[in-house]
Amino acid sequence: MTSNTLTPGIIAGRLPADQLSENFSDLHPPLDDHEALVAADRCYFCHDAPCATACPTDIDIPLFIRQIATGTPDAAAKTILSQNIMGGMCARVCPTETLCEQVCVRETAEGKPVEIGNLQRYATDTLMAADVHPFERAAATGKTIAVVGAGPAGLSCAHRLAMKGHAVTVFDARPKSGGLNEYGIASYKSVGGFAAKEVDWLLKIGGITVEHGKSLGAGLSLDRLKADHDAVFLAIGLAGVNALNVEGEAKDGVLDAVDFISDLRQAGDVASVEIGRDVVVIGGGMTAVDAAVQAKLLGALNVSLVYRRGRDRMNASPFEQDLAAAKGVRIITNASPKAVIGNGAVCEIEFEYTDDDLAPTGQMFRLAADQVFKAIGQTLGGDGLPDTEGGKIAVTGAGRTSMQSVWAGGDCASGGEDLTVTAVAEGRDAAEDIHAQLMG
Amino acid sequence: MANLASDFIGIKSPNPFWLASAPPTDKEYNVRRAFEAGWGGVVWKTLGSEGPPVVNVNGPRYGAIWGADRRLLGLNNIELITDRPLEVNLREIKSVKRDYPDRALIISLMVPCDEDSWEAILKQIEDTGADGVELNFGCPHGMAERGMGAAVGQVPEYIEMVTRWVKKHSRMPCIVKLTPNISDIRKPAEAAKRGGADAVSLINTINSITSVDLDDFAPEPMIDGKGTHGGYCGPAVKPIALNMVAEIARHAETQGLPMSGIGGVTTWRDAAEFMALGAGNVQVCTAAMTYGFKVVQEMISGLSDYMDRKGFTSTSELVGRAVPNVTDWQYLNLNYVTKAKIDEDACIKCGRCYAACEDTSHQAIAMSEDRVFSVKDDECVACNLCVNVCPVENCITMEQVAPGKVDERTGLTVSKDYGNWLDHPNNPGNTCAAE
Repeated sequence: MTSNTLTPGIIAGRLPADQLSENFSDLHPPLDDHEALVAADRCYFCHDAPCATACPTDIDIPLFIRQIATGTPDAAAKTILSQNIMGGMCARVCPTETLCEQVCVRETAEGKPVEIGNLQRYATDTLMAADVHPFERAAATGKTIAVVGAGPAGLSCAHRLAMKGHAVTVFDARPKSGGLNEYGIASYKSVGGFAAKEVDWLLKIGGITVEHGKSLGAGLSLDRLKADHDAVFLAIGLAGVNALNVEGEAKDGVLDAVDFISDLRQAGDVASVEIGRDVVVIGGGMTAVDAAVQAKLLGALNVSLVYRRGRDRMNASPFEQDLAAAKGVRIITNASPKAVIGNGAVCEIEFEYTDDDLAPTGQMFRLAADQVFKAIGQTLGGDGLPDTEGGKIAVTGAGRTSMQSVWAGGDCASGGEDLTVTAVAEGRDAAEDIHAQLMG
Repeated sequence: MANLASDFIGIKSPNPFWLASAPPTDKEYNVRRAFEAGWGGVVWKTLGSEGPPVVNVNGPRYGAIWGADRRLLGLNNIELITDRPLEVNLREIKSVKRDYPDRALIISLMVPCDEDSWEAILKQIEDTGADGVELNFGCPHGMAERGMGAAVGQVPEYIEMVTRWVKKHSRMPCIVKLTPNISDIRKPAEAAKRGGADAVSLINTINSITSVDLDDFAPEPMIDGKGTHGGYCGPAVKPIALNMVAEIARHAETQGLPMSGIGGVTTWRDAAEFMALGAGNVQVCTAAMTYGFKVVQEMISGLSDYMDRKGFTSTSELVGRAVPNVTDWQYLNLNYVTKAKIDEDACIKCGRCYAACEDTSHQAIAMSEDRVFSVKDDECVACNLCVNVCPVENCITMEQVAPGKVDERTGLTVSKDYGNWLDHPNNPGNTCAAE
């Protein structure tokens, strides 16, 4: 068997094993001790620092960097984790270039911000490598809370509640905890099973039970949860995937990008993952970029990322767009899919050029495709949920829903950007609100 | 390119950059390489009396402190004088001097504090061809415990006595190296002058402990669980050295006494500063120990370019040029009023000036909601702390309030006249004001 990048069809093993392993190694290799000291020394310890203001979880960034600079990374980690219990994952996946690092005064001064994300990873990795969990539970309160969804919002909420002495049960549909951290992030952003390790570490707080294989409508009902617990936190994410709604969409080879990303993450060996020769990804967000880049890393010959509007409207950050381009992904903008063509399986996909207001131009083109990944957004699923707003559970304040004793946060809830760090913040804040309400 | 040729107490060298008496000048191999690299002169590592040489510790001799990226800022050492036999050193000195007649070669000396010992060593070095001697009255560790080095340098009477012996038994130019581990540097300088010294060199290293190991609870550098104070040098000591050089330069008793400036000289600029404060040349050690002999090439090009820019044709035009502007606090012009000014275009909005002023100074900087920082002229005392903590060069400057304008802080019109503390009405000693 000598598959290579030129072999037609959807096959595994386009690249030699060593090349694959290099392709899927850490996107940003961790800082060593000396690199961390040098990077930390660049921080000006700003007054009322813009980076901390930009952080959705309000991490005291100047303080933790100074703690690294003075040789106390464990103290730095505690500063980070007290605000963001998933600081380890956020250090890997946060779009720092549009958050803390974008407003770093050294970005202003030199176009070269302090490496806040890498430093955060250095601190949290150091603490987690020592297998230390720096928080303790308060005395048991006797209150019980159900958290639906073991993603960043759910786990963040569960941890904060457990820390306050409540008994928490977390339910999740999937066999592993972590949500998108485990299933939805490009492999090169979270190597070495980090998501699972972080969950194990987080659960060391105690007082949290996780039940897998359960979701609303599949073993759980919201009414039952409400009746059995003092409060419920919904962190169910967005389980549905938007359709292209074009002719031929059901043909073989047309897949959801989230499934591809998930399969890749869960594959024991990336060499076993099949990929097309001519891959087309439709969408303009992080999911689209993650799918496109990884298709290329698996050895696809041609990978096109097609977005219906202009590049400045893409949800993927400029850093992500540049990463895709650097890996060899061709980014095509202002083109909407019109038809999937092929006899049983996709062999071509037809697009029409559209302007930024999506007005059709009548000009068509086709791309060869043996595999198409759809990444045009996800939708909330489930019945009997609290009131919704814009396709998400409507929340006010710290995640309060239209239902008494039901809170919601993360991607399923209205407001906020759909980022891991936002989900963590929402889970934490909802936990504080639940605690205040239950104990008030 | 300006001519850097230097004539220091009659000792000629192609440039004013000498290597100080220290490990870099301990043997022929190093000194030849230093001369090849371009050093104008060398003070050979201190020789002791004939007999079994001293021994050094066999553990770490150096301790250090670092800045960003492990940039070495301060170094200390517990090394003693040369631990090689006297006759080997003398043979090598002679050989090097023969091959490099245009370079300055000075021999540093330290022998017990009696006339016979000094007479003996001076006789032994006579036919090496060396250009002069430097008396090591500064070494602060080890040798001082044996009544030499700083033990002599801390007692002006001993300095004068030994210097006199040296001048009596030798015709060589004599430089006395001063220790900074005293309360008033002018006293040992006066003593050296009285004893007949041709010049002083300063500063030798400063008593120091660079750090404490917080697991073993022992000072660094640590030898088998114990440590001792060492001699501190490097960029961190430069401000101390500059002040001591200036003190001697402007003191009535020592004015005009030639000085060789030592203490943290790392760049051409450091050298120029020492010379502006009255040093005829400079001696360098830590910079060479950190970066190697090649650093002298930057010093040569830098000083030369600077002199060209200034139109100086000889280093003597630079030497002492800043001395008249070193004065006592009481003579500073209290009618000179400045205010900090922040260049908003250059500002990167870090807020360090605000934190420093608000928390630790005069609450004279305002911060708007969108992080615009501005100086409150009615509170600013012009302390300069904001300038010092600002990470952007020239973003904050001190602007003079022109005479005739009102100082918003005091409500007083700024006088165009010079007025110091001696004339100030608040001065209890000012009899004019009391009347």
